[in-house]
Amino acid sequence: MTQFCGQGLACIRGGRQVFCDLDFALEPGQAILLTGPNGSGKSTLLRLMAGYLRPSAGQVTWAGEPVFEDLGEYQRKICYIGHLDAIKGVLTVAENLGFWAQKGAPGVTDGALEELGLTALARVPGRLLSSGQRRRLALARLLVSKADLWLMDEPTVGLDAASVRRLAGIVRRHREKGGSIVAASHTDLLIEDAIALKMEDFAVDSLPEMVW
Amino acid sequence: MTLKKVIARDLRLALRQKTDAATVVLFFALTAALFPFAIGPEAAILLRIAPGVIWVTALLSVLLSLERLFLADFEDGTLELMFLSSLPLELVVFGKVLAHWLVSGLPLIVATPLIAILYGLPFAALTVMLPALLLGTAALSLIGAIGAALTIGARRGGILVPLLVLPLYIPVLIFGIAATDAGISDGAIKAPLMILSALLLGMLFVAPLASGVALRQALE
Repeated sequence: MTQFCGQGLACIRGGRQVFCDLDFALEPGQAILLTGPNGSGKSTLLRLMAGYLRPSAGQVTWAGEPVFEDLGEYQRKICYIGHLDAIKGVLTVAENLGFWAQKGAPGVTDGALEELGLTALARVPGRLLSSGQRRRLALARLLVSKADLWLMDEPTVGLDAASVRRLAGIVRRHREKGGSIVAASHTDLLIEDAIALKMEDFAVDSLPEMVW
Repeated sequence: MTLKKVIARDLRLALRQKTDAATVVLFFALTAALFPFAIGPEAAILLRIAPGVIWVTALLSVLLSLERLFLADFEDGTLELMFLSSLPLELVVFGKVLAHWLVSGLPLIVATPLIAILYGLPFAALTVMLPALLLGTAALSLIGAIGAALTIGARRGGILVPLLVLPLYIPVLIFGIAATDAGISDGAIKAPLMILSALLLGMLFVAPLASGVALRQALE
């Protein structure tokens, strides 16, 4: 049975059909890379996979179970990195991350900060971080989440080359442990043998008729 | 993520930004202190208007503090991550409202004895007014949370919140003042206090549910 799969997905945003007849399948250890021009529905698909949006047609299943039937149970298995970093300016880096860490896992926060090169900044308030550092702090949430599926929307925005390589290493280790990934990006994420999903293949050919 | 964590985090955020909470209680004390200047020092009149002035001012102070209840977390993406966490959104709402009440509602109650001195309220009135305010401000915070959640995606939501919420505040106002008046004139305090408790209990159930629905809508 496929671990995570979507069949015949379609999504309508603001009266416009963003994509239709979209299928995907993801096994443990695999990665999907979403590509496509701006507005082609990469973020929409990721938000749909995270359960914020419901598809207008088709269904998404996790281990054979439709995810929207028990959304809470499914959402425990995912970690979503969106455009917003969810960082509080008055909390320190360690406090910001500690809030998202699972209970009863001491050292996980420190380890995550270490892996993203944020250890020296642990006691610095969030408002003083640069945009690349904010992004790294947001990515550190992946490591404290214990999620099986990582959903990443443009994870490398603002990152320098060294941090992109660091992220690639983190992604590789996650996959070696049987985790899976769906990422959208315009730049090379350095993800090896990812399944490419071109959003333009699922674009709706003609604009729908306007209904007044 | 647990309920305790949500509450602890919001309290910590409030402690690091003390001006936000201080603004609310200062607004309350200063506005309530204006009336004696405007109306004059006649003790009988001041005693008559005191319950109304204190309740209306407390209500407006709660209203003033509501806009930011969910907005800051919505804008920086915290709320959408909370939606994904194992804690149901309704409990997140409950935790945030509780923390909000502890830093904005409770200081109002602490400041009320000062205002009471200004109006020459007898001590006996205060023993009724403080419990009534305790129940009332908590209900006001919960009702306000629905308004704050509904206006989260709207521009100029800050202006919409009072329009939505003020009509819903009227029952709390009526019974809060009824209890306080009864405390001054040695009337029956039990009935209004029980109705206030009922309003609070009802809101404890309804407000997290309604706010949860509104927040889910906003996150779509």
